Amino acid sequence: MTIASSSPPSRLPMGDAEGAGIKSRTRARSREDQGDGRLAAVFIAPALLGFLVFLLWPTLRGVYLSFTRFNLLTPPEWVGLDNYVRMVNDPIFWNSLTVTVEYVFINIGVQTVAALAIAVLLQRLTQSALLRGIVLTPYLMSNVVAGLVWLWILDTQLGIGNEIVSALGVDRIPFLADETWAIPTIALINVWRHVGYTALLLFAGLQAIPNDMYEAAKVDGASEWRMFWRITMPLLRPVLAVVLIMTVIGSFQVFDTVAVTTAGGPANATNVLQYYIYGSAFGRFQFGYASAMSVALLVVLSAITVLQYRLTRAGQTDLG
Amino acid sequence: MAAVTTTSTTVRPVRRRFSPGRAAAWALMGLIVLITLLPFYWILRTALSTNAGLSADPTDPLPVDLTGTGFQRALGLQSAEEAVAQGGAGGGLDFWRYLLNSVIVSTLITGCQIFFSAMAAYAFSRLRWRGRDKVFGLFLAGLMVPTIFTLLPNFVLIKQLHLVDTLLGIALPSVFMTPFAVFFLRQFFMNIPREVEEAALLDGAGKVKVFFRVVLPMASTPIITLGVLTYITSWNDYFWPLMVSYSDSSRVLTVALAVFRAQTPATGVDWSGLMAATLIAALPMLVLFACFARRIVSSIGFTGIK
Repeated sequence: MTIASSSPPSRLPMGDAEGAGIKSRTRARSREDQGDGRLAAVFIAPALLGFLVFLLWPTLRGVYLSFTRFNLLTPPEWVGLDNYVRMVNDPIFWNSLTVTVEYVFINIGVQTVAALAIAVLLQRLTQSALLRGIVLTPYLMSNVVAGLVWLWILDTQLGIGNEIVSALGVDRIPFLADETWAIPTIALINVWRHVGYTALLLFAGLQAIPNDMYEAAKVDGASEWRMFWRITMPLLRPVLAVVLIMTVIGSFQVFDTVAVTTAGGPANATNVLQYYIYGSAFGRFQFGYASAMSVALLVVLSAITVLQYRLTRAGQTDLG
Repeated sequence: MAAVTTTSTTVRPVRRRFSPGRAAAWALMGLIVLITLLPFYWILRTALSTNAGLSADPTDPLPVDLTGTGFQRALGLQSAEEAVAQGGAGGGLDFWRYLLNSVIVSTLITGCQIFFSAMAAYAFSRLRWRGRDKVFGLFLAGLMVPTIFTLLPNFVLIKQLHLVDTLLGIALPSVFMTPFAVFFLRQFFMNIPREVEEAALLDGAGKVKVFFRVVLPMASTPIITLGVLTYITSWNDYFWPLMVSYSDSSRVLTVALAVFRAQTPATGVDWSGLMAATLIAALPMLVLFACFARRIVSSIGFTGIK
């Protein structure tokens, strides 16, 4: 049921090399000594305990709970596919899914383009460590802090954002209080917080591209624009693919910002999937139903991961 | 990938003469810096203003009626009457306690998680035992399970352990390891030359001693980097603490902030107090970052792309 089962971890770029490394090494040394076994057991015990108790077991339990009716007070009661039938017929669930997808599209679309622009600027314009540090600062804020700050900046009456908007001669915009504006606004708030981190990941990828490629292209009279499309983009593609998968998966799990800014409103316009799951579990104590929706989210994320790997051919590198 | 981080300082683009394209690029960079940093200034400016001043003069770039009452309110130093008079909530906020809770939880998680993950990473990289690759594969698979999926069942478990509303309950699921931390440290341990380890073994040191005296010190840089990132992540975590904590005894700063927001009057939010609280909540991470900025910035490529 995990994503890994459908896309083997060995397809991660580093995974290939490392995987091969382990194999040859263990084969060569397997006869040397097995005396490390006991020590290894001790060393791995805490991590394995944590893995089994807080990762593997909850994953299996979550799937189990999704087939039950469970309110925390009485033992789970097996109800078969009831929760899933209910989910398929639940208009709020579909609304949550739609809203979440809309959020992901805006968030990832803007963030990827902006991060790419920042990364290229950081590479081609200046290598200043200070600028890299500045770009990363919003990442240090919690989503709660980011949400509150922008809630204030975008306040309809007193926010500086709306003062700027009205200074430009446009009507005030109820950024977080309006059904059409709320999701794009939350998506952009999270772009503000995460774009620096994503940019630095891409920047690291750019650093792996040999500088002589740009030098050679420049000698041939290529413009920066042409170099971007002919050198940067093709060579960055594998890194970009991995970053995209990571950010999309993270983006689907939006919760904190919604919780502190709009609390799902107005009229379910920002009731993202994770917020709805939380509300079902802790607002209405429907843990079974909430678990079923978690399984649905997991399935969606798995499908996206597989699809993205296929589409972007993430396993292949042009740089060799 | 390790080469990526080291080349960052050596390869510098040649300085070129002025061109309109470069000027536009710099202007764009300036705009990015502005959007990045302006909200931070706006927090400070608001925190140092009075609520009355803020509504009278929303656009003043400087604090309106410069005052520290917002901070007093956020830190719970004001009486209920004073707080209400200045647009805050009458309910007491035990800010130092939340700060302490955050410090305890984040320190516990970071310390234990890194240590246990390092032990596991050592077993996966430098010790030889049967089934090692299979167990490591299992850990890697765990990397792919989204956190949301384990949250509800983990809550049920923590409740059954009677750890709801305790700091231990908040920390416990992250205390032992994350697949990522194990994976991250294993990468570094693999690169430590065999000879270094063998020399210590020849001197009569046991493998346990090698781990503490040779491997851990050699990996101090990645361990510190991972530690800072883990600290930031656990400090900023909201969803899980929100699930687990119900009262002041286990409330961490992120949750307290959201509560503070919920408590302020619906008509006329206490922006000054809220921004002061926001600043106080964010400050420790800014200081932490300032201390380790260069190290973190240059190693983020490694942490993310693996």
